[in-house]
Amino acid sequence: MSKRVKGNRPLSPHLTIYRPQMSSISSILVRISGVSLALGFILVTSWLLAASTSIKYFDCINDMLTSWFGLIILTGSVWALCYHSLGGIRHLIWDMGFGFDLKTADRMGWIVILGSFVLTFVVIFYSGALS
Amino acid sequence: MNFKTDRAKVLGLGSAKSGADHWFGERLKSVALIPLTIIFVLIIAPLIGSDHASVVASFENPLISISSILFFLVTFKHLEEGLQVVIEDYVHSKGILLFLIIFNKLFCWTFGLAAVFAILKITFAG
Repeated sequence: MSKRVKGNRPLSPHLTIYRPQMSSISSILVRISGVSLALGFILVTSWLLAASTSIKYFDCINDMLTSWFGLIILTGSVWALCYHSLGGIRHLIWDMGFGFDLKTADRMGWIVILGSFVLTFVVIFYSGALS
Repeated sequence: MNFKTDRAKVLGLGSAKSGADHWFGERLKSVALIPLTIIFVLIIAPLIGSDHASVVASFENPLISISSILFFLVTFKHLEEGLQVVIEDYVHSKGILLFLIIFNKLFCWTFGLAAVFAILKITFAG
């Protein structure tokens, strides 16, 4: 099929021509956060595998995760998880056919973005990393 | 020689076969992941950074180990499906596309099963 589509035909206008909007930016961030969560889950799985193997391996992974670099990646993963969850719920709402008018779509975008930061803080606070 | 008419040749070859099932399955996993993620974060967040003994001790609770296993199974399947959509959207070379789709499945199944294996091993062997 792709062969037939190629050729010198005009493309419908997309990314390069539209001004970034709340709906488009908050939607692509769901995708980006989802893809980057793959890294977060590699880390959590390695952590579990190390815990199941020996104390020596566990301490090694644990030191990595609790170093400043590890904490930055963990915090980023927590934010990605919060954002992806909230953004995913918004997409489920859209899939059910609600929230398509501009005002609601914009408002949901802001709720997802602000909510992701609030949730990230709540998770980090709950984890006891701040105390 | 093929005596079929053009219409008979394409009958039933449309896209509407398993697409709706696939689409619905993706959403089903997303919905399932809402409670599973909350439970998983409640379990895992306090454990990150704690010592080996307390991690092992937490997974002795069957509720914690079963809900974690469920979370990892659904998460890695959801990750596989999500990454495949992303790959299909952005990769247009057929060879690379095939390679990445296979690699993606291999990656997700390996890490998903590794996580389940690790939880079971901690639960049963400590």
